[in-house]
Amino acid sequence: MRPDLNLLLAGFGGQGLLFGGKVVAYCGLIENREISWLPSYGPEMRGGTANCSVCISDEPIGSPLVLSPNALIVMNLPSLEKFIDTVEAGGSVFIDSSMISKRVDRKDINVFYIPATKLAEENDLKGLANMVLVGKLCKELGFCSKETLFAAMEKSVPPSKAELLEKNKKALQIGIDYL
Amino acid sequence: MAEKVLMKGNEALAEAAICAGCRHFFGYPITPQTELAAYMAKKMPKIGGTYLQAESELAAINMVLGASAAGVRAMTSSSSPGISLKTEGISYLAGCDLPALIINVQRGGPGLGGIQPSQSDYWQATKATGHGDFQILVFAPSTIQEMVDLVFLAFDLGDKYRMPAMILLDGMLGQMMEPVVLPEAGKTVVPDRPWAADGHKNKRPHNIINSLYLDPLKLEQTNIERFKRYEKIKGTEQRCEELHTEDADIIIVAYGASSRVCRNAVAAARAQGIKAGMIRPITLWPFPVDTIQKRLVSAKAFLTVEMSMGQMVDDVRLAVNGAKPVHFFGRTGGIIPSPPEVLEQIELINGGI
Repeated sequence: MRPDLNLLLAGFGGQGLLFGGKVVAYCGLIENREISWLPSYGPEMRGGTANCSVCISDEPIGSPLVLSPNALIVMNLPSLEKFIDTVEAGGSVFIDSSMISKRVDRKDINVFYIPATKLAEENDLKGLANMVLVGKLCKELGFCSKETLFAAMEKSVPPSKAELLEKNKKALQIGIDYL
Repeated sequence: MAEKVLMKGNEALAEAAICAGCRHFFGYPITPQTELAAYMAKKMPKIGGTYLQAESELAAINMVLGASAAGVRAMTSSSSPGISLKTEGISYLAGCDLPALIINVQRGGPGLGGIQPSQSDYWQATKATGHGDFQILVFAPSTIQEMVDLVFLAFDLGDKYRMPAMILLDGMLGQMMEPVVLPEAGKTVVPDRPWAADGHKNKRPHNIINSLYLDPLKLEQTNIERFKRYEKIKGTEQRCEELHTEDADIIIVAYGASSRVCRNAVAAARAQGIKAGMIRPITLWPFPVDTIQKRLVSAKAFLTVEMSMGQMVDDVRLAVNGAKPVHFFGRTGGIIPSPPEVLEQIELINGGI
């Protein structure tokens, strides 16, 4: 049985965290696993902190609300401070280090610092830092193949926004390649 | 087989209703239900249906009444405060013996309350969705696939028994996405409604749809007849899921979102060697009394878990009727209980039996 992914994505509304979570959820769907995707909703969607829980498992998913993530993608400081202590020991944290300068003290988790916003902007992919982080997440955790990840992206981008597909894929690749 | 797609609960409910032959939706926006109405607004005009955003909840439910009286599948959706406004119309629907689908994506209350998930409208849904002697069918899905399936069942049973049906969920289930397989569109046969007040070119005596009976004896007789139908429904339409109940010492009773949390807690308890199980009501009215009573001999205690101050626990106590202790644990106001919190309750009860 493959390990469960209990992922939390957190940051400001508008950083594309809900969409990033959707792409990860589609990876699970393509590989025929059990999945759930749960957004925070309400006033925080209008520019405050937004977060999104994604579960992928081989067993039916109970609560879709991830309280103790084994993977955390985090794109602003308030979210890092709110969620860092909830990460399971042995879990992995992916930090957009162009948005957050703070370093993590915990020694029992794997922390990856990726200047995702800067990398996206340098490559003319403004607003796609979320996908850079998802690319890195997939590479480090190996919860699905690169082919699945790209196929999931194709399922997540609506046909009316097809022009964004290549850009999103490019952002994923930057994350995959980032060392 | 049709393709599995990822859908939000609210959107899946809307698409399922369309697949089930519903072409008439009347609503008024409210969080956390809005995606349902938005989906209908987008889709209905393209398939020759009616989407109407009414001027108020009161207007919306009365439009549902009118459409149903005219013989079509009609529905509305709202969230807690909006459902309160619709209760007058729901009572009239019941009094007129009209089917209709009402969806309540619950949020915290009372009053304007909050917008986060809650299960505090259980009493309203199952005991008094309006004034007068009546019941409505109440369904409680716990997955998005089950939401889709229950939309079909709710329409069909509503037609069969000529009564309103409610799908009771909460903001968490409405907002989350899961894979779902939608049934093929256009396969549904909506049953004839010979009682409908529609145009018939004088081919038959005209039908009257009414809930006013000024003669007390006639009103009493009408209510007695309706309650005979309710008795039949109680005998045949109870639905629930049982999880590890055969050998369970402690049986959790939970529905909808809280049942998902309890599923984790039951697994954690079993991993510790505690014999925990769960009865998950799928119909809240009729309440699955028979299944609870079937487990009275083997179970040592019951634990009801809800996102409320304790409402369904009344029905569990009535079913258990003093035979075994019935405990309650709940979080409310928009808080979702966590699996460890529920596990702690199981451990406490296990220590005392």
